[in-house]
Amino acid sequence: MTASTDIIDSEPESWFHRNQQAIAPWLFLAPGILFFVVYVIAPVFQSFNLSLYQWDGLGQAEYIGLRNYEDLYYEWVDRDAFYVSLKNNLIWLVLYLLAIPAGLFIALLLNQTVFGIRLYKSLFFFPFVISQVVVGLVFTWFYDPTFGLLNQMIGVFGLGPINVLGNEHLVTYGIIAAGLWPQTAYCMILYLTGLNAVDPEQIEAGRLDGAKGAKMLWYIVLPQLRPATFIAFVVTIIGALRSFDLISVMTQGGPFGSSRVLAYYMFEVALSEYGFRMGYGAAIAVVLFLIMMCFIVYFLWSMYREEKGH
Amino acid sequence: MFPTPIEKQSQAAQITYKALLPVALLLWLGPLLAVALFSVKPDADFVNANYWGLPSSFEFMHNYGQVFFNSDMPRYMLNSILITVPTVIGAVALSSMTGFALGIYKFKSNMWIFFMFVAGNFVPFQILMVPVRDLTLELGLYNTKTGLVLFHIAFQTGFCTLFMRNFIKALPFALIEAARVEGISEIKIFWYVVLPLMKPALAALSVLMFTFIWNDYFWAVVLTQGAESQPVTAGITSFNAQFRAAYHLMSAGSIVAALPPVAMFFLMQKHFIAGLTLGAVK
Repeated sequence: MTASTDIIDSEPESWFHRNQQAIAPWLFLAPGILFFVVYVIAPVFQSFNLSLYQWDGLGQAEYIGLRNYEDLYYEWVDRDAFYVSLKNNLIWLVLYLLAIPAGLFIALLLNQTVFGIRLYKSLFFFPFVISQVVVGLVFTWFYDPTFGLLNQMIGVFGLGPINVLGNEHLVTYGIIAAGLWPQTAYCMILYLTGLNAVDPEQIEAGRLDGAKGAKMLWYIVLPQLRPATFIAFVVTIIGALRSFDLISVMTQGGPFGSSRVLAYYMFEVALSEYGFRMGYGAAIAVVLFLIMMCFIVYFLWSMYREEKGH
Repeated sequence: MFPTPIEKQSQAAQITYKALLPVALLLWLGPLLAVALFSVKPDADFVNANYWGLPSSFEFMHNYGQVFFNSDMPRYMLNSILITVPTVIGAVALSSMTGFALGIYKFKSNMWIFFMFVAGNFVPFQILMVPVRDLTLELGLYNTKTGLVLFHIAFQTGFCTLFMRNFIKALPFALIEAARVEGISEIKIFWYVVLPLMKPALAALSVLMFTFIWNDYFWAVVLTQGAESQPVTAGITSFNAQFRAAYHLMSAGSIVAALPPVAMFFLMQKHFIAGLTLGAVK
């Protein structure tokens, strides 16, 4: 460090040294921004552009204007694949949010100090660490009509067997239940951390005022858990709209395409044996992107207010 | 503490709680325990429809031996490691720099650049899929580990920047000002002042990234095919095709595929949870 001070002292200040504090951030940012723009930002715009073309991924792309979107519109009107995917996305979005109260419930259950509780917390969190592919396989076997654990359990009550993944009315719910398993674990850990930081004095004050149980939770604990709830909300919404792995592993969109969501349908259209319709796939991706964008803008807006508040 | 500590409640409540905990856990992990049970059963049990009884013989060595010595599984595992480790290093390196720039310096576009990283991190994969695949093809990196690593580094830089920037912003700024007064160059401030303080963040982020990248499936399917470059999440599908209906082997394979992030989690639990919950508490 002495060496650098010597240089500054002995030489007349170079342009770089004088402007160091203005230039330095850009030098630090350059590699990150370069990577991010090339692989994330630019492709978003490229996809928007591509959605105006018809392209099989190999030959010449043909400009067709908004025809891809028109086709999507007709699929919507005819209650075709696009309609089913969008509807399933909505079901995912709503039901996936159950992970938040469920996670809170388990967190409240485990927020104790009995012997071995730390191990219990880790084991409850466990499903989140496993890849969705394995979760998908595990639940595929769980639902299996011949030997699955589910049918064993309902068999005790004289019910079943039901083939959850083979039934077009049940399949989406079955996959969502599988997705809720790791997602609930995630929300649980967020709330456990949040509960740790709840102000004990406020709790005591609440107790003196006669608040307990649900009232205490609603009026005193939950407001303090707001940051945890916000993050749980963000990751759950994003997770719901990103659902791909489970569907791909458990049903490949079946039976009869009834468990497709936009993320999976796009992949199917653009990159599976059903054909390489890149432009059409891009149009589906644009729709998914626009839905996601509503939430992203909301998240950024919340963050912005937070930043300004400080 | 909320809810009321169980020690302060009646004896009956305490006993019920302690008795119910293991039951709840058993139910919660039921599907997983079933797979673990399957993975030590002999083939004969499945032929004889003895799915849920005790294994007629304990075939742990045989089944897992099959996975390790008679399939492409070790290859897929190696690929996963060769994809995950460079990605973690790359993304953490890039984001400690971007995080430093955005957390320390005040300049006009700071907030916009930060929001670009945050927003990009939430974008659906599908809108990137076709262009990224094309780019990877053009670079001659389709079906290589490098192609996958480059994309992962770029994409994860979004989340990592959010994480690093928030962490650095919470550091005492007086330290940096003091260093500047001493005439220390900005790069040395980064290297000698800030980086040592970032150790907990670096550890937390590395563990988290390891799990995220290891568990990636979508990009593995989009950018690679075949055993020479596919990671284990994608490989498990081919593995299952190879051992179709051999549930004991498929179960063993799934457990092996899931193990590294699980091990990582249990070994580095503190860092992992710190990383995951950063921002969940004010």
